[in-house]
Amino acid sequence: MGFDQYHEPPDELPAETRTFARLCASLTEEAEAIGWYEQRLAVEPNPVARDIMRNAIGEEYKHFSMDLEFLLRQKPEWREIAQGILFQGGDIVEHGEAAEEAATNEDDPTVDVLPASGASLGIGSLKGRRQ
Amino acid sequence: MSRNHLLRSHAPISDAGWALIDEEARERLTVALAARRLVDFSGPHGWEHSSTNLGRTDPIAQAPCDGVVATRRRVLPLAEVRAPFTVARDELRAGDRGAPDVDLEALDRAARNLAVAENKAVFHGWAEAGIQGITEATPHPEVPRGSEFNDYPRPVAKAVELLLQCGVGGPYGLALGTEDYTGVIETAEHGGYPLFDHLAKILEGPIVWSPGVAGAVVVSQRGGDFLFDSGQDIAVGYDRDDAENVHLYLEESFSFRVATPEAAVAIAPG
Repeated sequence: MGFDQYHEPPDELPAETRTFARLCASLTEEAEAIGWYEQRLAVEPNPVARDIMRNAIGEEYKHFSMDLEFLLRQKPEWREIAQGILFQGGDIVEHGEAAEEAATNEDDPTVDVLPASGASLGIGSLKGRRQ
Repeated sequence: MSRNHLLRSHAPISDAGWALIDEEARERLTVALAARRLVDFSGPHGWEHSSTNLGRTDPIAQAPCDGVVATRRRVLPLAEVRAPFTVARDELRAGDRGAPDVDLEALDRAARNLAVAENKAVFHGWAEAGIQGITEATPHPEVPRGSEFNDYPRPVAKAVELLLQCGVGGPYGLALGTEDYTGVIETAEHGGYPLFDHLAKILEGPIVWSPGVAGAVVVSQRGGDFLFDSGQDIAVGYDRDDAENVHLYLEESFSFRVATPEAAVAIAPG
């Protein structure tokens, strides 16, 4: 197999950057798999096959989410922006713009010391989350 | 959005100390904030967000001049809720040195208090803040629990049937007060089948440990029935410090309204 996830010579990259790139590649693969299962489920009439695919897509949701959480833990700014967007109601683009602005204003001395999510702990909605 | 009202930069707390406090608060709150697992959440809209739009108006009897009629918008003001706590400066210094057992007990208590306040306001109402709770709004009669937890599927099934009868679809969630939750998870029905799993099959939705809830409440999870409006989502702020302690607080602002009163049924405490 190749090492397509690297855009720079791997032996010049630090170990943590190689790990980061592997998980980025994994995240992409899981998202692709979710898209594929979604398409298959849209056309598959056999109920047993559908049950299996539903089970499989659940696995992909889990893998995607674990990959994402790992990557967000490595990059505080990415995490901060994500916390302003994910699991929120309302306008996604509006949240995105606000979260980006909050994250990129961190060096502004007029801005207070903040938790990673901006002004709050970033708890938001817990619907659908395990207790 | 103003982010300075928390005054965190004025606190004698290192970045590592803030990270420790925020993470502990997040962990404790996430477990206990039951209402957020079962109702729709809008926001956070920021500290400046002061009221929830109800889309309703009240008449104004007298207009400024002849030839016009006037109404006044009706809104639901947000409530600010604050739970103070202290952290010993010695403990913060220990945390900076890498101690794994920093005493944040007062923070844990504050987190539980705030979560209970939020859960109670959502499920049982808070008249002083203008919030009508789910169990106050529902037109359905309370379903009696019965004395044995073995019989718990009966009131839950009855509640689901009441919801179905008035056209409220599922899946359904179950907010269990702490006593009922303990009773449910301790109980295996005849044949050893866990009661928890049986209830999950009836509801097809989450069963949630809900400190502050009296008895239990079955709520539809189809969405659009129960609306939590968050202004400032829960944050840790700084109040003051002295030689021994740093005085902090957990704070949030929110309102809550019931859009579909018939989408919930209360199960009476035993």
